Amino acid sequence: MSGHSNYIPKTGFERWLDARLPIARLAYDSLVDFPTPKNLNYWYTFGGILALCLGIQLVTGIVLAMHYVPHVDHAFASIERIMRDVNYGWLIRYMHSNGASMFFIAVYAHMFRGLYYGSYKAPRELLWILGCVIYLLMMATAFMGYVLPWGQMSFHGAVVITNLFGALPLIGQSITTWLWGGFAVDNATLNRFFSLHYLMPFMIAGVVILHVWALHVTGNNNPTGVHVQSKADTVPFHPYYTVKDGFAIALFMLMFAAFVFFSPNALGHPDNYIPANPLVTPAHIVPEWYFLPFYAILRAVPDKLMGVLLMFGAIAVLFILPWLDTSRVRSLRYRPTTRMYFFIFVVACLVLGFCGGRLPDDYVIPGLKSFQLLDADLNSMVWLSRFATAYYFAYFLIILPVMGLTENPLSQPKSISEPVLSHSAALPVGAAASPEKRG
Amino acid sequence: MLRKCLAIAALGLALAGGPALAAGSQKEPRTVEWSFNGPFGKFDRAQLQRGFKVYREVCAACHSMDLMSFRNLGQKGGPFYDPKYPNPNDNPDVKTIAKDFETSEIDQETGDIVKRPATPADRFPNPYPNEAAARAGNGGALPPDFSTLSKARMGGADYIYSLLSGYSTPPAGLEVPSGQYYNPYMLGDVSAFWKGKGHAPPGGFIAMPPQLAADKVTFDDDTKSTIDQQARDVAAFLTWASEPKMEERKAFGVGAMIYLLILAGLLYMSYKRIWRNVAH
Amino acid sequence: MADSVTGANPEHGADGDDPSRRDFIHIAAGVAALGAAATVAWPVVDQMNPAGDTLALASVEFDLTKVQLGQSVTIKWRGKPLFIRHRTGAEIAAAIKDDKAVLRDPATDEVRHKPGKAEWLVLIGTCTHLGCVPTFGGGDYGGWFCPCHGSHYDTSGRIRKGPAPTNLEVPEYAFLSDTVVKVG
Repeated sequence: MSGHSNYIPKTGFERWLDARLPIARLAYDSLVDFPTPKNLNYWYTFGGILALCLGIQLVTGIVLAMHYVPHVDHAFASIERIMRDVNYGWLIRYMHSNGASMFFIAVYAHMFRGLYYGSYKAPRELLWILGCVIYLLMMATAFMGYVLPWGQMSFHGAVVITNLFGALPLIGQSITTWLWGGFAVDNATLNRFFSLHYLMPFMIAGVVILHVWALHVTGNNNPTGVHVQSKADTVPFHPYYTVKDGFAIALFMLMFAAFVFFSPNALGHPDNYIPANPLVTPAHIVPEWYFLPFYAILRAVPDKLMGVLLMFGAIAVLFILPWLDTSRVRSLRYRPTTRMYFFIFVVACLVLGFCGGRLPDDYVIPGLKSFQLLDADLNSMVWLSRFATAYYFAYFLIILPVMGLTENPLSQPKSISEPVLSHSAALPVGAAASPEKRG
Repeated sequence: MLRKCLAIAALGLALAGGPALAAGSQKEPRTVEWSFNGPFGKFDRAQLQRGFKVYREVCAACHSMDLMSFRNLGQKGGPFYDPKYPNPNDNPDVKTIAKDFETSEIDQETGDIVKRPATPADRFPNPYPNEAAARAGNGGALPPDFSTLSKARMGGADYIYSLLSGYSTPPAGLEVPSGQYYNPYMLGDVSAFWKGKGHAPPGGFIAMPPQLAADKVTFDDDTKSTIDQQARDVAAFLTWASEPKMEERKAFGVGAMIYLLILAGLLYMSYKRIWRNVAH
Repeated sequence: MADSVTGANPEHGADGDDPSRRDFIHIAAGVAALGAAATVAWPVVDQMNPAGDTLALASVEFDLTKVQLGQSVTIKWRGKPLFIRHRTGAEIAAAIKDDKAVLRDPATDEVRHKPGKAEWLVLIGTCTHLGCVPTFGGGDYGGWFCPCHGSHYDTSGRIRKGPAPTNLEVPEYAFLSDTVVKVG
């Protein structure tokens, strides 16, 4: 799929360039002529959307860094100065702060799509792992970015997250002190977080290049999970997918704009408009919404070290996923039982997110007193998050390995073109699961 | 589409977690039909002017507004904006207001700190020289800075309005600590001080005594100066001060949404044309 | 775009549609997308222009009673030095005498101060060559001398010798009263 090139330099300059630096050939092969399965649905547009998100964050971030002052005495005021005095500063700052949330919405959609269609399975294991690296870097970048406005949530969020490392035996305290550069989160911490927050997006961009490279080696997966067999299965990336991605991007931007212009603080927390005060902690510390599921896993465990390990384990398990799923069938479209477990998994993730935003002792069903189980009432958020956490890990560590061996999958089409040509009539799940019908 | 709805519902669920957190025991703020609500909302200039007067005559004695300069009052969208003076520094209303305040500067010849009348470029002077003095002057409580207050409180303008106009006599059985005042909208928990029967009353204690009173502020536009009116107007003013570019933002946003809708429509048609002959 | 559509997929290209309409939709979509990018580009460019708080400090008022006859005061204005010189009769006379001399950037002393206020000279204190700050009292013409590259200015701030192309710039200013000037 890679290696062969259809690029023909037309002008003298193109031939001259092609003999020295075949950059036009690279662009042509990867963005124009790249053969792409013709049955990709809208879930496959999130890759393009994510590229745009990264671009927006980079541009707005570089601009914000021109005005931001990374000092505990000036950080809060400098951001408000951007909002009040810098020309279009309000637009650039709100795009950046809401852009982080949009980035995570898109990345979660992208990941769930990969999980559903088995895009992590051979030969795309490295493609998936590179994606997980990007996700990890995104989380680190988003966390450090949230510290920069130096509001109450910034400060106390930084305190809580850096203290997680203190849970590690022996070296924990030294690591925390090293991260802080002092005895607490302070100016030194803010400065290094700013520096790293500026650096990491470029690391993300680097891994994105590897991610796209790996994609172009193996080619796209597709909703059937069946390998591309002939030219009839594919269309050139341009104009077929540039225009489809473009349309999806326009829709995504509509949602983005609705937040930026009409509800710019809906995804944030009011306490972050109070300047940081190390002596007073806000009544309820919550991370940004995209971290809530992991926060719920952390709090589900009564032991500090175990909680931290489980939280990191929730991400680590994604890295070994390609070897946990034992099925030979990629797409869950042809694995009805596993598909059911997958949808329960999605619900479990949502439940974790919901629990992460509540207090552990809050009732799940208000006012219903049940009974005390170990350390908490059964009808409490903490028990709900325990069940959801258990399912989260069970899905990866038990359900996927076992189902791959025991499940009897539906018959797959022989090629991508087959279900298209037969108009899905013969396929038991094709009619319901073929997203093109709904596109 | 179904799964798209699911994704949106997921986001909604995740968001529901946030606001629900602060739902303590206090009363939900009363909602007001603000002129600045909604995608086409704009501030009511007259209300902002009244609100500024309330701030200036009542609140400013204790509450700083460090991020505000006098010139902001005359900038586009501000309470004293006058299209005749695109540079707010030249706005006579702003100049007059600024002149009534004193600000300190260092005398370039002697090095002493001297007082001089403020200019439009100056910040609102802080009523206290430092945080310790502010606490000492208020029984240990720090009056919060008002620059971003409306964004920094759950409920925003509704909350400020409800709190200011919502002081009530503490129910019998509630022991109010000295130097504290009961307010049903205040974030907090009074159950430790509740000696009555049943549930503790909603709300919390606040170190600020009720500040507003009928006719305490005389409005220049003959609006009847009730507690409710003063609370409303100052809440509107503080909301403007928190987000002075809100009108610009919403106007830009309406244009951006229309443009994006057209763009999406064009791309959809282009997409349909390009794909029309591909079986997929 | 339309070319590449048919070119890329010739097997689907044969249909009876009016090609101009097909062109129009693709071109309109492409132009609209470029327009969106351009609209976003402007705020990114404009944010580098002076911000509201910077512009707010763009004008200063100055009390002239602080400057004795024959003295100058340097204040900071828009981040640059501003010379406010209370000129002596001799300086004014020397400046007027040189009105007829051969000047690189011809200007009479008359136009370089406000009418009837010949004793007050207000100048932006950066050399018009490359922006260094000239000192008073040096040079061959009794005015300012720039140490960086040797430009000589006279008592009216006019360039007389050296590499600078133009006279020291007179900012926009006005007398608010006999003793207060507003610069900017």
